[in-house]
Amino acid sequence: MPRLIITILFIFFAYNGNAKTIVVRADKANAIKNALAYCTDGDTVSIEKGLYKEQDILVSKRITILGKDYPVIDGVKKGQLIVVVRDSVIISGLQLQNTGRSSMTDMAAIRLQNVKSVSVINNKLVNNTYGVYLQNSHYCLVYKNTIRADAQDELNSGNGIHAWKSTHLLLQSNNISGHRDGIYFEFVTDSRILNNTSTENIRYGLHFMFSHKDVYTRNSFINNGSGVAVMYSKQVEMYYNTFRHNWGDASYAILLKEIADSKIEHNLFDKNTVGIYMEGTSRIQVLYNEFVENGWAMRVQSSCDNNVFEKNNFLSNSFDVATNGTMMLNTFNNNYWDKYDGYDLDKNKVGDVPYYPVSMYSVVTERVPTAMILYRSFLTDIMNRVEKVMPSIVPDKLKDDNPLMKSLKLR
Amino acid sequence: MKTIMKYVVADLIRNKVIVVYAIILAVLSFSVLSIDENPAKGLLSLLNVTLLFVPLISILFATIYYFNSIEFIELLLAQPVRRNKVLLAEYAGLTISLSLAYLLGVGLPVMIISPNLAAITLLLSGFLLTLIFTAIALLIFVLFKDKTKGIGAAIAAAMFFTLLFDGLLLIFIYSFNEYPIDKAVLGITAFNPVDLARILMLLQLDVAVLMGYSGALFKKFLGTGTGSVYVVICMLFWVLLPLLLSVRVFRKKDL
Amino acid sequence: MIHINALTKSFGSFKALDNISLNFAKGRTVSLLGPNGSGKTTLIKSILGLVIPDKGTISINDKQIGNDWQYRSHIGYMPQIGRYPENMTIGQVIKMIKDIRKDNVQYDEELITQLGVNKISSKTMRSLSGGTRQKVSACLAFLFSPGILILDEPTAGLDPLASEILKDKIIQECNKGKLVLITSHILSDLDGITNDVVYLQDGKLIFYKSVDELQHMTSETKLNKMIASVMRNEHTKTADI
Repeated sequence: MPRLIITILFIFFAYNGNAKTIVVRADKANAIKNALAYCTDGDTVSIEKGLYKEQDILVSKRITILGKDYPVIDGVKKGQLIVVVRDSVIISGLQLQNTGRSSMTDMAAIRLQNVKSVSVINNKLVNNTYGVYLQNSHYCLVYKNTIRADAQDELNSGNGIHAWKSTHLLLQSNNISGHRDGIYFEFVTDSRILNNTSTENIRYGLHFMFSHKDVYTRNSFINNGSGVAVMYSKQVEMYYNTFRHNWGDASYAILLKEIADSKIEHNLFDKNTVGIYMEGTSRIQVLYNEFVENGWAMRVQSSCDNNVFEKNNFLSNSFDVATNGTMMLNTFNNNYWDKYDGYDLDKNKVGDVPYYPVSMYSVVTERVPTAMILYRSFLTDIMNRVEKVMPSIVPDKLKDDNPLMKSLKLR
Repeated sequence: MKTIMKYVVADLIRNKVIVVYAIILAVLSFSVLSIDENPAKGLLSLLNVTLLFVPLISILFATIYYFNSIEFIELLLAQPVRRNKVLLAEYAGLTISLSLAYLLGVGLPVMIISPNLAAITLLLSGFLLTLIFTAIALLIFVLFKDKTKGIGAAIAAAMFFTLLFDGLLLIFIYSFNEYPIDKAVLGITAFNPVDLARILMLLQLDVAVLMGYSGALFKKFLGTGTGSVYVVICMLFWVLLPLLLSVRVFRKKDL
Repeated sequence: MIHINALTKSFGSFKALDNISLNFAKGRTVSLLGPNGSGKTTLIKSILGLVIPDKGTISINDKQIGNDWQYRSHIGYMPQIGRYPENMTIGQVIKMIKDIRKDNVQYDEELITQLGVNKISSKTMRSLSGGTRQKVSACLAFLFSPGILILDEPTAGLDPLASEILKDKIIQECNKGKLVLITSHILSDLDGITNDVVYLQDGKLIFYKSVDELQHMTSETKLNKMIASVMRNEHTKTADI
């Protein structure tokens, strides 16, 4: 065993035969830029603790930049901080703060431009317009970074992690807050988004368009201005994510618009104004999710078709499902609805009468929002009961023919 | 006042109706809370019980009790005590006993099975409703000379607040749907203590939905703590106003 | 001791008291007589402050009663119908009234023992007969040995023995210099205890005379005979006019 390690080390050092480590201290101006000018491919630039006021640091060599105890690179609100234009660069252990703001260019703390295999690991990004900006980059890793800002309005702010025209990215265990969008994808495909936390961003926790074949797993999107928006994409997979406390009149845990052939499974939707909002979506599988204490668990617009909703738990939502029409081309089956009050005479754990998830009062408040003030009153109770006996305004095609009698154990 | 109140409470906690009221509430609470695996659902059933039965039972029982105590009140008034003290002591004794029955009947099971903020809100609204409807009963007592008429008025008041008012409000909302009536509607609900209690609960259970309406007022008002504070203050007014009115009328009332 | 001046009270269009002026002195037992609805109870309730008069004044110990309430510590009241909170015991009721009248700690519990109320003090009011409740009411009225005793139909419902005990007590208190006001239908019960008679009808004062005077006028010995005789004379008088 020791021999093996020695062999590996030998190979490593052989490969880095003339690699050197350059130590940078904050004792004179442009210390980092000078070091980068001096180094060559394969070198390690080790930055000591201290305050470096430098902007637009161009990394054009295949190097590793390592910060010791988080040295601070401060853009003093002018320009960008680090721009990477070379493959296989590693940036780690830095605190990057105060990029400039501009309406002409997107000012980023770290910008990856047309590169491959770049890693951004374990950095602290504070108060930047954009955090990590990936532009036409592939096979890149963004791991364990803390990215926070306190954006005030959408116009003057940027995104935490912004990716454009990229493929094969891995975003893992990052913590993003206070940006415009936590994670923003446009034309990004074949990427994986794992274990990230995106909170208190003023627009979306996650926002993507035209980004196909991406997988989102175990991320948390909490308390974002408008939740998560997912548009014009195909083959998106979302597993085990948590969507919590996204409140407001245009706020959705997930807004799905023109999405097709995707999977949404094992997610938790907790205390959102709307759990899932769907518009023009097709062939989506919504399975094994838990909807708890949302205003509306789902809003399925009539422009959606062939979506399947199965084996989900609906618990303590004000309204389970709302829709804008009477057409329903989607399938609801085998879900647990806590509002179901049917019976199970044959004891097969499936209710013997169908459940209609759109309640009468949700239709009423759809037309007359002010009537919400009377929700849960004795009067509306009576109205609901009458509607159950003589359905007249509830879309009767929207029903779960096999509602479960007991909730599913999903988590 | 404390002295009289103490004895009224001592009398009432041995009153069969009060004891039965507490027991029925307790049985009901235990069963709805434990029958379902989801206690939040049970809490909703208890909300319905609270909104429907607490006003009715409080106002009816209180009215009957006041009218039955008229000779006793006379005897007390023949003693060297202030008139309003006797009246308020009767009110306090009654309201303490009824609240106690409610808080034991509903509060105990709820606090054992699912103690959370929504449960506390439910108890608060039930408690305030008890205070309010016992006070309205007091007003009915001082306004009417005749017991039968008084009971009639009590039933009418209970029906008005639990059902009729909401019906009228719904008609209003439907008819003026085109206009910005959010403010007006919120204002109108202040005139019904049962609605206030319900909204207090709504603010707990359905904020998410309330936040979903674009009505800026709903959002601003109901989304923050202001909404709950406003509702509780309105309800306290509903306790104080009937009481003050009763004291005023009673000062000049012939027994 | 009690000075009533031009007292008037109407309930709607019904005149319960019409310009009544009366003076009651201490050491006297005054009977308030008259048919039903003649204003006896209204008069008593006015003195107690239970009924607010429209016009006129009432002074007790030279102090006019207005919104004042303290004057009632000079009064002991026994109501016509005694109804008490059902689940209270006799002991509790007595204790409660004692608690209310904290200013007085000298208790006259003679009646309580004589009527045997002390032996049943743990019984609840609900379980008592009308007569026993009357006994409790009587005990409460005398408990604080007040200067003025107002008894509304005190002997109605009492058994003969209790009735006698109560009468003796009234005479005894009157002799101590107290003022006793009694209304009663049973005139025979008032024989021997009453000094003066006030007769009311339709809210008006018909006469206010001492028993001696009445005796002199009518040469009758029994109170009911005296009253009947006077009323006959009154009628003939009105008929003459």
